[in-house]
Amino acid sequence: MSQHRPDPDALLARAKEEEARKTQGRLKLFFGAAAGVGKTYAMLEAARALRADGVDVVVGIVETHGRAETAALAEGLPVLPPRRVEYRGATLQEFDLDAALARRPAVILVDELAHTNAEGSRHRKRWQDVLELLDAGISVYTTLNVQHVESLNDVVAKITGVVVRETVPDSALERADEIELVDLPPADLLERLQEGKVYVPAQAQEALHNFFRKGNLIALRELALRHTADRVDAPMQDYMRDHAIGKTWPVTERILVCVSPSPFSPQLVRAGHRLAHRLGAELIVAYVETPAHARLAPADRDRVTQTLRLAESLGAETVTLSGPTMSDEILAYARERNVSKIVIGKPGRSLWRRIVLGSIVDALVRGSGEIDIHVVSGEGAPAPLRPLRVQPHAPDWAAYGLAVAVVAVCTGVAWLMFPHVSLSNLIMVYLLGVVGVATRTSRGPTVLASVLSVVVFDFFFVPPYLSFAVSDSEHLITFFVMLVVALVTSGLTVRIRAQVEAARQRERRIAALYGMSRKLASVHGIDDLLEIALRHMGEVFSGQIALLLPDESGRLAPRRVAPEGMTLGATEMGVAQWAFEHREVAGLGTATLPGARALCVPLAGPRGAAGVLAIVPADARAFESPEALHQLETFANQTALAIERAQLADEARRAEVRMETERMRNSLLSSVSHDLRTPLATIIGASSGLLDGAERLDSATRRDLVRSIHGEASHLDRLVNSLLEMTRLESGAVAIRQEPQALDGVLGAALQRLETLLRDRPVRVDFPADLPLVPIDAVLIEQVFLNLLDNASRYSPAGRPIDVSAKVAGLMVVVEVSDRGAGFAPGDERRAFEKFYRGHSARVRGVGLGLAICQAIVEIHGGSIIAENRPEGGATVRFTLPLEGYSKPSGLSDG
Amino acid sequence: MAEPPASPETVSTPGPVVVLIEDAPEIRRFLRATLIGHGYRLVEAETGREGLQAAETRQPDLIILDLGLPDIDGLEVIRRLRGWTAVPIVVLSARGQEADKVAALDAGADDYVGKPFAVGELLARMRVSLRHAERTVRDVEEQAYKAGDLMVDLAHRRVTVSGQDVHLTPIEYRLLTTLIKHAGKVLTHKQLLKEVWGRPYDDQPHYLHVFMNQLRRKIESDPARPHHLLTEPGVGYRLAGPPGD
Repeated sequence: MSQHRPDPDALLARAKEEEARKTQGRLKLFFGAAAGVGKTYAMLEAARALRADGVDVVVGIVETHGRAETAALAEGLPVLPPRRVEYRGATLQEFDLDAALARRPAVILVDELAHTNAEGSRHRKRWQDVLELLDAGISVYTTLNVQHVESLNDVVAKITGVVVRETVPDSALERADEIELVDLPPADLLERLQEGKVYVPAQAQEALHNFFRKGNLIALRELALRHTADRVDAPMQDYMRDHAIGKTWPVTERILVCVSPSPFSPQLVRAGHRLAHRLGAELIVAYVETPAHARLAPADRDRVTQTLRLAESLGAETVTLSGPTMSDEILAYARERNVSKIVIGKPGRSLWRRIVLGSIVDALVRGSGEIDIHVVSGEGAPAPLRPLRVQPHAPDWAAYGLAVAVVAVCTGVAWLMFPHVSLSNLIMVYLLGVVGVATRTSRGPTVLASVLSVVVFDFFFVPPYLSFAVSDSEHLITFFVMLVVALVTSGLTVRIRAQVEAARQRERRIAALYGMSRKLASVHGIDDLLEIALRHMGEVFSGQIALLLPDESGRLAPRRVAPEGMTLGATEMGVAQWAFEHREVAGLGTATLPGARALCVPLAGPRGAAGVLAIVPADARAFESPEALHQLETFANQTALAIERAQLADEARRAEVRMETERMRNSLLSSVSHDLRTPLATIIGASSGLLDGAERLDSATRRDLVRSIHGEASHLDRLVNSLLEMTRLESGAVAIRQEPQALDGVLGAALQRLETLLRDRPVRVDFPADLPLVPIDAVLIEQVFLNLLDNASRYSPAGRPIDVSAKVAGLMVVVEVSDRGAGFAPGDERRAFEKFYRGHSARVRGVGLGLAICQAIVEIHGGSIIAENRPEGGATVRFTLPLEGYSKPSGLSDG
Repeated sequence: MAEPPASPETVSTPGPVVVLIEDAPEIRRFLRATLIGHGYRLVEAETGREGLQAAETRQPDLIILDLGLPDIDGLEVIRRLRGWTAVPIVVLSARGQEADKVAALDAGADDYVGKPFAVGELLARMRVSLRHAERTVRDVEEQAYKAGDLMVDLAHRRVTVSGQDVHLTPIEYRLLTTLIKHAGKVLTHKQLLKEVWGRPYDDQPHYLHVFMNQLRRKIESDPARPHHLLTEPGVGYRLAGPPGD
């Protein structure tokens, strides 16, 4: 054995898949070749077995078709009451999805996966109901016939001649964890049919003739068996991948299917899907928007849309390319995406057009190089090819008038030139006119101008004059060339114009998208962000737009709307909520709640849905093309990313604040715990000494102990005050009350309070006699003086003087407090204002808050504070206080 | 403070009755020891209600009131007391809460001591308040005020500093005499404005600061280290009072 190891990425992907499956329900499919093979019967039997094992099984909906045996089997199983829907006078019974979700059984039976729900249901198709059940964690047993499989749809139609409309996309079927083939040989089935066990007799006869022909049944049986075998193969491949048996997973191939507005295109998509499935390849379906696209009839455009939707439902990636020629665009895209095979339909162009204009197949084959080209036959297309070129609009009579007028003007000019120039130059005048018309109008008037030019030219300027007759047959060549040149020139001009128009539109959307992402990157608040998103989307999509964000409980509420005052109905809010919870597009024009007025796109980012974009388009069909929808989704994604970024930034900021707070708290704790404990230790020690042995101590020792208790307590008091003051200042709780005050009075109060501390130290005050009053909060500025004087006395040896001076400098008063101590350590002048910073002198005790408090106080007064060393030694703290805002009070007289 | 240490009371005369309204037992305990040691007769009350009752029944000479009481707000206690009695009230309040002090003084308290306080400071305040109360009772107008280098002859409206005549404007003089009338006691900005200028200016303290600054320059030898006109930041002004008081 060689050293094969499982591909870790593949294993991880599978682990994730299984993880997701654990929370999701399991889907078991009872699969049969035709009605009557006993799928429902088999399903009910399995359900009874589960119930016997004690599993909570509920019948969601089961169609017994009046078959007694089946009905008997269903008896005894709990049944969910069906939802009754009034539809055109008849009462229909529908599966009640909400009741099922509320009941939350372990397993629920939902018959007929391909069923189409009555109008007004949440989903258009029953398989969508089933997917929602699975997502909600409820396991589902269901039944399906082979003719309802989307990718087999056309094959079945070919076999039986009956086009089945109720199909289930393969992507939904791939969710099945288990497929049970319910098989019955055709002969037995026919026998059962004749016995009336399948349909009630009247219908049976008709069915027999149409569908249940033996040949059909054999073919369908084979199809069912093969499809099941394919599906059985998939778990086998999973197993092989997990256990690294044999060949590793093949290099993924990519298949590109090119579709057109042709009704044959869906068949092409299915063929591509089958091929891709068999090869285990990725499928891309592309439509090239050539200038001709603009001229398509709405019905044809719809068909393109439908084809692309079909492709998406088959799990393919769809893309709309645009460019002048289909083959170039396709080849360029195929190379870009490393496509290995291109699938196209057999050309529908008639022979002569192919010769004149060339066929796409030829162009593709010529330019394909290493890429395989598969040409699929379109024979047996279910509907005849409709003419593609249908005039989309009512004729624009003004444009035709212009065409006629231009030809008339040309004739006038040519008439004037006629005597002087040759015929060939007169033709130029007309060609000029035709090009002019082409640049202004559309195809019709241009063709008119071309034909009219030839006719008028013949009438006026070709002998015999003023007659349509032509004397010289050579002129017929002139007319022919003139007509061809006019038509081709005008055709090219119109095409260029259309391309320019398309490019302009694309550019406008891209510019809007680019503009939005750039603007989004520059704002921070979520509300600003939504505002910008809304404005840019409003430029591109016409209609009412709302952006909804969830509250804490996950309920959506409109956060921003445009235009102002736009509201969403209860239905629309429901759709938005659904889109948010399922992270899928819902509402108008989609498969989920298509009846709603609004189209809801989840704002889905990597971390989940951030909200919902709800748009009520001015034109209800605006988002029918996948391209427009993709565009809307791109805008939604950009917005979602921006919202997510804003939320992350918010979280990061909060985390940073938390960290900073944490750091501060730690620093505070370590500082305070030491500073609080030291004096407390002294107080407790000294006082306990006094308590225990007062009588044994002499009075001097007692006094000493009491003095140290007092000193330590005073120190504690200062410390607590500093902390409180700092906290008050930082919390912004300090309401500053500025009144014009005499600074020397405030300094005096501080000096008085520090009388004991400064007892043996001269304080030299140098305040000019004419110092004006300063608008200050006296309590706070007193605190500044207290802290500065306290620091000065503690950081300088006893007996050394402290200098306090003030002077007016411009609109400021500059105050200096200086000591004659050791000064700040180099580089510490700045750090001194940090909280909990303490000077290098270890003997000095304090919290390291004094200067930080001073700074805070001076700054709320609009001043500044700096610390520096004096040249002659010692430290100086200098602060400024603004004088402005103070004017000498008037209105009182001294007399 | 410039207050001298308390002199021992003579035991022969019964000391003044003091009602102490304070909820913290630790503070009551050390005040009890100190005040009784200094010859006061002490009545303790733990709540505002008890305090009001004690004030009515015991006819105290002085009330010490803590502003943070559990039942009634201290300010309310002052207002109720002032409804019927002029007994001096000295308020105990936490430091840093100047607004509370001003409110208490404006409501009729005589003086305040910020917690934590030195016993000497409280005793000095109590003495000043008791003396003022006595003076009000006796209604004696002093003829002259002398403190350190400052001499004010109230009868002749003459002010000298170190024997030198000082010329004061009428408002400055009125400011000085108002402070002299309450010497040793703190006066809030509002009280000063009201007494010197009358009601209209009582919310414009900058007039007061301007004139107080001028007055300080005229009567203080070193305005930054004042001996007479003391600033109580955020509260008001106090005239230091003659030494030995």
